[in-house]
Amino acid sequence: MTPMVKAEAVHKSFGRLEVLKGITLEVQPGQVMCILGPSGSGKTTFIRCINHLEKINAGRLWVDGELVGYRQVGDKLHELPDREVARKRTEIGMVFQRFNLFGHMTALENVVEAPIRVKRVRKDVAVGSAKELLNRVGLADKYDTYPSQLSGGQQQRVAIARALAMNPKLMLFDEPTSALDPELVGEVLDVMRTLAEIGMTMVVVTHEIGFAREAGDVAVFMDDGVVVETGDPREVLVNPRHERTKAFLSKVL
Amino acid sequence: MIVAFLAVAVIGSMVENKRFEWGVVRHYMTDPTILRGLVTTLELTALSMVIGIALGVVLAVMRLSPNPLVAGLAWVYIWLFRGTPVLVQIFFWFNIAAVYPRFGLGLPFGGPQVAHLNFTTLITPFIAGVLALGLNEGAYMAEIIRAGLISVDEGQTEAAHALGMSRLLTMRRIVLPQAMRVIVPPTGNETISMLKTSSLVSAIAVVDLLYAAQIIYSRTYEVIPLLIVASLWYLICTTVLSIGQYYVERHYARGARGQQATMLGVWLNMTDIRPFFGFRR
Repeated sequence: MTPMVKAEAVHKSFGRLEVLKGITLEVQPGQVMCILGPSGSGKTTFIRCINHLEKINAGRLWVDGELVGYRQVGDKLHELPDREVARKRTEIGMVFQRFNLFGHMTALENVVEAPIRVKRVRKDVAVGSAKELLNRVGLADKYDTYPSQLSGGQQQRVAIARALAMNPKLMLFDEPTSALDPELVGEVLDVMRTLAEIGMTMVVVTHEIGFAREAGDVAVFMDDGVVVETGDPREVLVNPRHERTKAFLSKVL
Repeated sequence: MIVAFLAVAVIGSMVENKRFEWGVVRHYMTDPTILRGLVTTLELTALSMVIGIALGVVLAVMRLSPNPLVAGLAWVYIWLFRGTPVLVQIFFWFNIAAVYPRFGLGLPFGGPQVAHLNFTTLITPFIAGVLALGLNEGAYMAEIIRAGLISVDEGQTEAAHALGMSRLLTMRRIVLPQAMRVIVPPTGNETISMLKTSSLVSAIAVVDLLYAAQIIYSRTYEVIPLLIVASLWYLICTTVLSIGQYYVERHYARGARGQQATMLGVWLNMTDIRPFFGFRR
């Protein structure tokens, strides 16, 4: 089976600062991978490389068997034109730490925008499935509400519905609950848990150890731009083998 | 109290002072020469602003381009057109035919001509005025629009890209509409300013509102009444523009938290005058 995500020695630098020092990992279809690690460890940068929001400096990154953002000719990588990158991104949903809902659009307009404009879905069809998605994340009464009038948790659930509206093969979550008040974290994690149960392939950067343990199939612990430890979350998060993992978990728990 | 008292005194003196000749003012308000001048002023303003805004969008996007050559070109344009007096630019375009009598688009060194323009007949004073005002305005609008574009959070662009929207679609559907909140107020300012700046074209004998008034008073010597006529028309136009600006601003305030209340806004909300301006809900 083709892995949904395959990373091979991915390197990324910002100027002279090397943030990713060779990341190699695989996510199988239907798997939920949780990436944990202290801030500055490169987990957010890595997840942003998966849909080419960041360009990689070396290595290879495939999503569903296709290189992301590049075309390989011989031994060299050539960056793809904007249109090609955009096409690939329609298969990859992304949820951001700060929601990034379109401020001038209602919840419903946020969800239908990309299906209508990018996938050319007919408007009534797009609105129908958008309402269904918003119902599923528990926002049936918020279709016409603007993001500024929604709580953080509600905004993040709209953002998840917006990403799902493109029928992605893969969902990326970049610290989806880190900007939320503690009492709102649960409602977002519930939606993510349901997604995991119906077999969505997910890569989740998170600090929620509980979520990683219950919903995750694989846990990855990153530190200082490298993968320190990979394995079953119940192993990695309960009986870590590496000192750095132990030190991190003792601070978080 | 003191301000109100002074205002009453000033208005009183203006009404009673015979030298203001209010009868003459009323007579010339609807004089055909004045009205034709008014139409010319409005046409100049509208055309120049359309050119200015269109050019401004292009220049602003160019300045934000990652390509240094593209960004540099826009910078040079803004530097040149913002750095020289608009009156000089008006004279320049008026006299362009002296430099380039004909304009041919074709292969150099005697190759066949693809297009051919005769500048001597093409560049009328009106066209020269529109060109000068519009190209000059483009440089100012570019900076206003650029400020608007960079005021929109980077996360909006990233979210749109992550959904597979192209750069152009992201700009058109996500960034520009939100940038408008920052762009509209100074653009209203620019339009009002343009309405008055356009009177500079009287220097190249375009009969705009001010020049029409000058033509009449040079014949009748009723200088003050005719300047009042022109001023009243300018005031009426700027008032209408301010009202229009209020509605445009309200349109782009969609989804924004807290709109500021202005005296004009409160009054407009109380006395729905939209049908009069052709606005529909």
